[in-house]
Amino acid sequence: MDFGPFLFLASLEGLVQAAVLCLTALGLCLVFGVMRVVNVAHGEFFMLGAVLAWWITNLISTHPALGFVAALIIAPVMVGLIAFCADRLILKRLSYNPEATIVATIGLLYVIQQTVLITFGADARAVNAPFYFRVQFPWFGYSGYKLLVIVAAALILLGAWFVITRTRVGLMMRATQYDREMAQSFGIPVERVYTVVFAVGAMFAAVGAILVVPIRQAHYLMGLDPLLLSFIVVIIGGLGSIRGTVAAAILIGMSDGIISVFFSPTLAKMVSTTLVAFILVFKPEGLFGPSVVNFRIYPNHKGHKGYKRHLRLNKK
Amino acid sequence: MTPAKINSGNSRKIISLHLAVIVILFLLQFVLPEYHHLTMTRIMILAIFAMGYNVLFGYTGLLSLGHAMFFGAGLYGAGLTAYHLGWSVPLAFASGIIAGALLSLLVGCIALRTTGVAFMIVTMMLAQVAYLATLYFTRYTRGDEGLVLSQASRSFEFFGATVDLTNPSTRYNLSLALLGITMSIIYRLVRGKTGRALVAIRENEPRAQMLGYNTFAIKLKALLVSGTLSATAGATFALLFAYIGSSFTTIQYSIDALLFTLLGGPGTVLGPALGTFLMFYLVDIASQYTTAYLLVTGLALIFLVLYFPKGILGTIKHRWLPWLP
Amino acid sequence: MKLLRAHNLSKSFGGVQAVQDVDFDLEQGEIRAIIGANGAGKTTFVSLLSGRITATAGTIEFRGQDITDLPIHKRVRKGIAYTFQITSIFPNLTVLENAAIAAQNRFHASPATIPTDGHPDIYRNANAALQQVGITALQDEPAGAIAYGHQRLLEVAMGLALNPLLLIFDEPTQGLSDAEIQDFCKLVKQINQSTTVLLIEHNMSVVMSLAHRITVFDRGQVLAQGSPDQIRNNANVQAAYLG
Repeated sequence: MDFGPFLFLASLEGLVQAAVLCLTALGLCLVFGVMRVVNVAHGEFFMLGAVLAWWITNLISTHPALGFVAALIIAPVMVGLIAFCADRLILKRLSYNPEATIVATIGLLYVIQQTVLITFGADARAVNAPFYFRVQFPWFGYSGYKLLVIVAAALILLGAWFVITRTRVGLMMRATQYDREMAQSFGIPVERVYTVVFAVGAMFAAVGAILVVPIRQAHYLMGLDPLLLSFIVVIIGGLGSIRGTVAAAILIGMSDGIISVFFSPTLAKMVSTTLVAFILVFKPEGLFGPSVVNFRIYPNHKGHKGYKRHLRLNKK
Repeated sequence: MTPAKINSGNSRKIISLHLAVIVILFLLQFVLPEYHHLTMTRIMILAIFAMGYNVLFGYTGLLSLGHAMFFGAGLYGAGLTAYHLGWSVPLAFASGIIAGALLSLLVGCIALRTTGVAFMIVTMMLAQVAYLATLYFTRYTRGDEGLVLSQASRSFEFFGATVDLTNPSTRYNLSLALLGITMSIIYRLVRGKTGRALVAIRENEPRAQMLGYNTFAIKLKALLVSGTLSATAGATFALLFAYIGSSFTTIQYSIDALLFTLLGGPGTVLGPALGTFLMFYLVDIASQYTTAYLLVTGLALIFLVLYFPKGILGTIKHRWLPWLP
Repeated sequence: MKLLRAHNLSKSFGGVQAVQDVDFDLEQGEIRAIIGANGAGKTTFVSLLSGRITATAGTIEFRGQDITDLPIHKRVRKGIAYTFQITSIFPNLTVLENAAIAAQNRFHASPATIPTDGHPDIYRNANAALQQVGITALQDEPAGAIAYGHQRLLEVAMGLALNPLLLIFDEPTQGLSDAEIQDFCKLVKQINQSTTVLLIEHNMSVVMSLAHRITVFDRGQVLAQGSPDQIRNNANVQAAYLG
């Protein structure tokens, strides 16, 4: 293959990876941005999404598309419910103390991972794609499903952006992250917002996993890589900045494949992990986000609808 | 958590307690069956690791998620020099400890610029880099498969006597001696001026600064002691059990150090050793029934953080024995 | 002799000038009060002196030595102690241990007098500080559990245990009852027998009864300086602050 088509293929593969990473990292970013806690079990919610998708598609085996659509609806809800319980039973009781939450979510990581090991076993499980369709480019054919993954992720991101910036729920989230006490005194149920955000964050990871599971297989240890990559993305993106996170996810997702062509994957991981650690130490506002304190889904200019709504809410 | 006032009565109680622990451990070797004899040797070495971890976490209030890299520095510092360069046991041991000390200083200068959650994430990431390094330099380390030291490299002359590290009893007593030394180092450290400075930083760092403490230098010192003790445990492990593998530098080992300390009681001298003993046996028993024995680790972490953050000795100290160091 | 001298001291946050070209000096042995409206730059100014924040421009000298670039802990060891506006103690440690943490870094005029085996000395000095503020009876209580007024006294004791040449108080009487304020004034006078005192204070009766001299801050600058009588009769001050 010539260099041009090869680069095109590599970019498509990179985009698929970036799309899934976007969704997963966005979940972690929301939780950190609004609740100021780091969820180490985030990768396990990803893994749960994939494993549940396998389970559901096996139950509904009449047609692969039917099973897959069912999985896409049911599995995230189940993962969300589990996260909901985890928040109520553990995080809330720790008053969302950042350090205690990390230790507890490390515990949660093991509990989820090992429970899946006991119930589903240690084998990798394949899930069928909902359809087989090849898009024929002049130089090569490409999986239509992978293109669908890119489109679906983009649509979900747009939807999330709309909810956060244009709806009342999003407004409550922004108000909570902006000033917890203030939000509380204006009658926003902060604790309920926290629980919902934690559950929704987990659901993002689950959706990302379900989209990717027909391409990769479901396995009880598959949560670690998405967790580390999401950490990297969220840190580079500026800790809680949604725009920064999306930009960083695309950068990392696209470059991951390219970097491994030049280096051994291990060396690439060593270099990138070191760089990210240094960013956290010396430039905690990230490469894209301007400030740690300022959560960037908050609208910038005062003419913005969201801002006016925010003022109206404050007047109540 | 308060360092009790120094008076001779308390000192006598404290020293007797620690001596009693050592004596009991010494006597145990004569009654333990072979399997548990070996397990206790391992536990004592891991206890040194946890006690080192506790200097930073329990006394200084800095929660590291990357202490496996210090354990690994000791392990590889001793193992690689013994395996490739043929260094004698004492030299290899010293090289492991020095490797740990240097790594502690390096990591400290980077990670101590952060606190709280950022410190946890930075130490975790640096440890991940260290783990990846053991895989990357597989020509020297043989990665996951690891290195096995030869029989010949495991005995050495010591003041005319031959010490043979393949002998279980030698291993047990060497580990016990190192545990005793670690105990007295930590005891001296935390009961003295440094201990007071560490606790001041843990409880209220800005105030400590305003009372004339150079908090960065003190934290660096704490990390140096903590990392070097962890490396000592790693070097001991390499030389006593003759196996040096990547798995010892995974995040699993960092979390174990945290878990042992949390269970036994952060900020107490003996707590981490007790925690290591209990947790090791708990996991050992669980692994006889299921491959998912890490479930125990997960449940223990959640339970401790929710209901028992002071750990066993920490609670005893708080409720009944305030003089416990 | 001048104990402390600030020259052209300035601090800006972003574009805002919190402290602007301030010249200021303290005589050894005096009690100096700094007054001014909220946001006049008082706290910023003493924070510059104690080293909690660094100056944008200007110099600070202490006993003739330039300390402008010294970090906090080195200034403390040169004899500058600061007590926090919002009580900042070690709540989980006993009252005595709180004072001992301070006493361990006690100022010594010459290195020769620093004790090598410190423990008995540390507790003796900590005890002396507690005694001076009158909370010896509480020494074994956890500091977080004692009454607020006692916590404020513990703050002072921690400052005293450092054996400072200059003790800076940031709004020390805030939240205290009238009786407690009276006791506090007596305490400051007693402390002043051996130590120079600089205090930021809103309560004018405290200022008038304690201060030898008063410095008035307004919008980051020194508006006036003088004895309590001079300040009381100063037209500018009356217009800007007392009026």
